[in-house]
Amino acid sequence: MLIKKADDIRSSEITPRDLYLNRRKFLAGIGVAGAGAVAAGLGLRRLMPGADNVLADSKISGLQKSSFSTTEKITPMTDVSHYNNYYEFSTDKEGPADLAKNFKTRPWNVTIDGAVQKKQKLDLDSILKFAAPEERIYRHRCVEGWSIVVPWIGFSLSELIKRAQPTSKAKYVQFTTVYDPGQMPGQRANILQWPYVEGLRMDEAMHPLTLLCFGMYGENLPNQDGAPLRIIVPWKYGFKSAKAIVKISFVEHEPNTTWNLANPHDFGFYSNVNPNVERYHSQAYERRLGEFRPRPTLMFNGYDQVAGMYSGMDLASNY
Amino acid sequence: MIRLAKVGVFLASLIPFAGLLWGFFGRGPFDMTTWGAGLGANPIEKITHVTGDWTLRFLLITLSITPLRKLQKLPWLIRFRRMFGLFAFFYGCLHFLTYIWLDKFFNLHEIFADVAKRKFITIGLTAFVLLIPLAVTSTAGWIRRLGGKRWQSLHRLIYVSAIAGVIHYLWLVKADIRKPLQYGIILGLLLFYRIWVWLVPRISRSNAASVVPRTRTAN
Repeated sequence: MLIKKADDIRSSEITPRDLYLNRRKFLAGIGVAGAGAVAAGLGLRRLMPGADNVLADSKISGLQKSSFSTTEKITPMTDVSHYNNYYEFSTDKEGPADLAKNFKTRPWNVTIDGAVQKKQKLDLDSILKFAAPEERIYRHRCVEGWSIVVPWIGFSLSELIKRAQPTSKAKYVQFTTVYDPGQMPGQRANILQWPYVEGLRMDEAMHPLTLLCFGMYGENLPNQDGAPLRIIVPWKYGFKSAKAIVKISFVEHEPNTTWNLANPHDFGFYSNVNPNVERYHSQAYERRLGEFRPRPTLMFNGYDQVAGMYSGMDLASNY
Repeated sequence: MIRLAKVGVFLASLIPFAGLLWGFFGRGPFDMTTWGAGLGANPIEKITHVTGDWTLRFLLITLSITPLRKLQKLPWLIRFRRMFGLFAFFYGCLHFLTYIWLDKFFNLHEIFADVAKRKFITIGLTAFVLLIPLAVTSTAGWIRRLGGKRWQSLHRLIYVSAIAGVIHYLWLVKADIRKPLQYGIILGLLLFYRIWVWLVPRISRSNAASVVPRTRTAN
């Protein structure tokens, strides 16, 4: 009879991180289902100003599940938090995790301006109270040809837009990332035009899939993933999903976005995931992190429900 | 002595390759699920970048042998040049293999489309293909067969290959051109040395030619 010693356990036999994380999500789910006093209490504590300093870790509780979530295998969190395109910190993907370590995400204000009834400066913690946090497991496709599956946390951006009460002149929404070269070493070099600006058409911004995001994997967003507040637009290439947002402007004309200014030929304003439009690289295939073989890229990254917004548009020229 | 040094340099030149092997298989060579785990979130991209970087580095090292030899008066350096050139080819082969195998999985349709449509791929492939005849004719036998002069002219292709390699890097980065620019500046200096060496005797000769008659009349 073979008796295994403890050190016989191969690392591959230990519960993988993603399963472990699923367990945590399962527990979070119980919290929602129970809607118990404890869960609710924790949730409220989180939303209280300064609560983050009180809590030893940065778990977000009381997460709602979302019907938008995919059931695909979630990418391990260590990959998502150590493989970042965040040029404000570094153009090396391994760089931001360390360089963003001490980035200050409190206090944090977001200016809402432009064509809105309610121009205002909102404190981050008041924004987080606009709606209950949802977990949305989205595919995320980078224009460089890799993809990940991430359990983001947030709520639809439309919750914020509705409160801002845009006027009829608001045709586009422009997102501006914080400009702080003292904290963001990448901004000290002239790699891109700082601050980073991204934009969406109004209907895209109002689409329920478009997420105002402040967490992932059950926790607050790590600094290197765009803390404290970013957007996630899952049917567009990753660079459209602006990070560390300090200003949301409602404008009449298509905003000049950073990557579009840097290279208009490769990075169009729309930048919808599209395997048939070849820009920068061939976009027909992608490598899912953790997988060996390339897999075919899906139109709109598999989010067909957005197709209606582009009906009648030539997506080859409006890329 | 040189022989021992050659062994040392040979082994040292293999370190980047060994690092990749270790990163790839180090977490369990017989367990496919661990393959690549030591190379970060995107192992194939990492392998592509490491092999590409070392191809360019070895090209630059190879090109710096002659200037160093002449300027620093280190004639024995020449005995390392072929090895460095062949290592440039070795890492170039790995880079090319990574692209067609790990990146494209022999999807010929994708590869041909890439080569035809993406100029950074086209020029990268050019840089690699140009190295093939140089690697093939790197032996003493081939030098004899071609004759020193012809062999030397052929091996001037390394200039073209290195220029193409740096442009390949320059064209593929999205915005941050600082690293390819570093390679470009070093390559520029190494090529400038050659232009200088070629030009100076010609200039001084023509100067001498115009100066000589005047000194004669002064006499």
